[in-house]
Amino acid sequence: MGVKRLFRVWRGDTSGGQLEEFRVEVNEGEVVLDVLHRLQATQTPDLAVRWNCKAGKCGSCSLEINGSPRLSCMTRMSTFEADETVTVSPLRTFPIIRDLVTDVSFNYQKARELPAFAPPKDLAPGEYRMRQVDVERSQEFRKCIECFLCQNTCHVVRDHEENKEAFAGPRLFIRAAELDMHPLDARSDRKPFAQEHQGMGFCNITKCCTEVCPEHIKITDNAIIPMKERVVDNRYDPLVWLGRKIFRRDQLAAGAPADAYVPQHVRAGHRPAPASMEPEVGPDGRMPLTELTFDRAGAASPFGDNLTFPLPPESLTYEQPASPDDQK
Amino acid sequence: MTENIERHIYDVVVIGAGGAGLRAAIEARLAGKKTAIISKSLFGKAHTVMAEGGAAAAMGNVNARDNWMVHFRDTMRGGKFLNNVRMAELHAKEAPDRIWELETYGALFDRTKDGKISQRNFGGHEYPRLAHVGDRTGLELIRTLQQKIVSLQQEDFATHGDYEARVRVFAECTITELLLDRKGGPARIAGAFGYYRESGRFVLFEAPTVILAAGGVGKSYKITSNSWEYTGDGHALALRSGATLINMEFLQFHPTGMVWPPSVKGILVTESVRGDGGVLRNTEGKRFMFDYVPEVFRKQYADTEAEADRWYTDPDHNRRPPELLPRDEVARAINSEVKAGRGTDAGGVLLDVSTRMPAETIRRRLPSMYHQFKELADVDITKQPMEVGPTCHYVMGGVEVDADSAATPGVPGLFAAGEVSGGMHGSNRLGGNSLSDLLVFGKRAGEFAAAYVDGFGVDRPKVDRSDVDAAVRAALAPLERRGGDNPYEVWHELQQVMQDLVGIIRRKHELEESLKRLGDLRERVANLSATGGRRYNPGWHLALDLRNMLVVSECTARAALQREESRGGHTREDFPAMDPQWRQVNLVCSFERGEVTLRTQPIPTMRPELLALFDRVEMSKYLTEDELSEYDQGPGEAAAAVSSPSGPAEGEGN
Repeated sequence: MGVKRLFRVWRGDTSGGQLEEFRVEVNEGEVVLDVLHRLQATQTPDLAVRWNCKAGKCGSCSLEINGSPRLSCMTRMSTFEADETVTVSPLRTFPIIRDLVTDVSFNYQKARELPAFAPPKDLAPGEYRMRQVDVERSQEFRKCIECFLCQNTCHVVRDHEENKEAFAGPRLFIRAAELDMHPLDARSDRKPFAQEHQGMGFCNITKCCTEVCPEHIKITDNAIIPMKERVVDNRYDPLVWLGRKIFRRDQLAAGAPADAYVPQHVRAGHRPAPASMEPEVGPDGRMPLTELTFDRAGAASPFGDNLTFPLPPESLTYEQPASPDDQK
Repeated sequence: MTENIERHIYDVVVIGAGGAGLRAAIEARLAGKKTAIISKSLFGKAHTVMAEGGAAAAMGNVNARDNWMVHFRDTMRGGKFLNNVRMAELHAKEAPDRIWELETYGALFDRTKDGKISQRNFGGHEYPRLAHVGDRTGLELIRTLQQKIVSLQQEDFATHGDYEARVRVFAECTITELLLDRKGGPARIAGAFGYYRESGRFVLFEAPTVILAAGGVGKSYKITSNSWEYTGDGHALALRSGATLINMEFLQFHPTGMVWPPSVKGILVTESVRGDGGVLRNTEGKRFMFDYVPEVFRKQYADTEAEADRWYTDPDHNRRPPELLPRDEVARAINSEVKAGRGTDAGGVLLDVSTRMPAETIRRRLPSMYHQFKELADVDITKQPMEVGPTCHYVMGGVEVDADSAATPGVPGLFAAGEVSGGMHGSNRLGGNSLSDLLVFGKRAGEFAAAYVDGFGVDRPKVDRSDVDAAVRAALAPLERRGGDNPYEVWHELQQVMQDLVGIIRRKHELEESLKRLGDLRERVANLSATGGRRYNPGWHLALDLRNMLVVSECTARAALQREESRGGHTREDFPAMDPQWRQVNLVCSFERGEVTLRTQPIPTMRPELLALFDRVEMSKYLTEDELSEYDQGPGEAAAAVSSPSGPAEGEGN
């Protein structure tokens, strides 16, 4: 019952390559990866394609299918028109190894540069206590299967090799956010680190990463924006700035940790901060982890889904400060 | 050979970067050993990510009556008492510590109300015991271990200025041979030889210890929940270096895998579908499981649909529906229905929740199943039944190891942990016991491998140059050969043989037939040719993997033919009952002069205080008359003295 379909598959290596056309049998219910496997078995035994679980769980088989970044094991042939040519090409942001396989070591390099979880010193194994609602914020980011589609689609590094050194990319921003929101992580410098060493400032929130995420992680809304806003808070809060001028850094760390809550009346010159929204929780008091337990696409925003980002500027507690650098 | 081979010197080489491999590597590195991790795919993609349910550990967070003895007992029952007792004991005792340790690496498990790690119920576990993260526990585990490795590398960077100073991950690298030093005394491990998938270039590791953590063998079957890496590499490497395999006849077939569309054939449909009320019907609309309740389970299972349906709301006054029989029973029943012509065109039966629960309840309770069927099969499980059939899931058999040290008895320097090792699960593994298994024995393998390295001075084992040359020749052969068989064709044929003749239900003549066909395939595997070059060439890689799949398949077929009884993951149509005589032995496979040979070996006996955890009625199903009279003289009296079997004396309970 199979029909012959036209496939264009990029073949080549570091020295270059081109799209090659294949007519290949396609059966009902198949996904793109099945068709690539059939190509291997029947026409091109040496066609290089990376894959593992074939169930959307390992994130190995990321490709660009008709130009859009997808997991090839989760892209059903029925999503194309009956006579549509399917073009399969490797991820464009990473260097080619061969055919559809790219060198994704950039991502592992960046992962290595982000300080790991710092266990609390005063707790022995088995003594960790956390509330479900608190771990769920980080758990959303730990759903990541490291398919690197977000890294591939991010235009800061896509076609911009020169930005790769300074920019870690969405995958590592959610890792930073995950650690920042971890109830027991002993480090408190995750946000400034993201700004200063991961190049989060490059991100201008176009949400492309969120769009391609096969796990439907709200990368932009739930990780990048909160990280950015809090960074802004700390960097430009005049009181914190004054504190930095008056105290030595170590005294500051001891006296007023960056994360500490500052009562509103102390925040001289600020408009009252908008009341923080409670996250949407289900009847069990837990945040739904996937859209399937929830009435809308994607996971819930920890700030409540009635809030859209970016926030309107008039409601923000932000004031343009004189640049600290000018006053040196 | 003209090629210059890249050469590395390590203390410990870990083959496999799944849960067991990473845990072993962490332990070896913490013991100060220079450690290499060989990963067949990218770092963090190992098959461990596929585990859904959780990791079993008797932490007692949800039910305080749980302890290691109850867990041990459940494990032994699940394995039909063929388990290596010492392994089951260590596993039950150490699993909680291994789980808690993960939290210090940054793992975030689901929580109980009082903030502890939440634990869930699972088949065969008396109390809620599985630490979990939704239905993606395996992903959490692999990511946590991966991130711990990274954190160790960061420490090394701080001290040595090099992330890879003491632990390095060799991603997309496949080991094809273990190398031995045969001079003086028994042959011991001297290193490992392999190739980088990316470049096709060879790499040689010189190391006195190798830890095998290479997972299972599922890719020898046509319908499997396993990924492409599961080609039995670890099993085959062990065999070829002189180690032995045990229990290879025992394979777990999960009763419910997807069967349609063909592309997803084998992907798991979780047990909770049936736990939540899903029923199995054949194409005639009959709820057939009522016809398949075995005599031993009659008392616990309902015999009318009415009673079965009442159980969901009132489990205390009704018996369980037969859909919830153990995995092996349900798998066999589905298999018989399909064989009798009452299955769907795709070869499955119908699993229906749509008529049993409101759509909203289904979406709430089975979110990932709803998603999986919607995305992959275009089936709305709130409106239509699912098509399901058995899928090859896990191999209980594996490398024979010493329970405490994970060392192979025959080959000094060779260790094995995780699915590649054998004994721990006996003839059938309980859900949730594999994640805890790989943590417990991964750690032990790392620890004892490090200790073994300490035993050497400067006199480390040496790699024999001629072995390396032979390995190079063997690896290049398929590329240089012209006109040989296409590896993909041979692979599909091997899968067909195993699926049809060494599947769930086995028969003498089919097993004999399978051995004959495997014999034919052996010649073809020795004569494969791969086109193309060495750079990332999947055809070539498959040609090399096939050698391993073939020898491991032969072990399974031979052992299945020899074991004339049915137990756990091994069912013989011609010997349908469990035989206490057969419980007393393991079948041990070894590889001598190119042939798989088989011998029987008595299984280790249970210490009296462990035996006393079981009552006589239960043991009488498993033990021979002789063993029973021994039981009566020893533990039987002790057992009679212990009034509550779930709360025996404390003591070694940590």
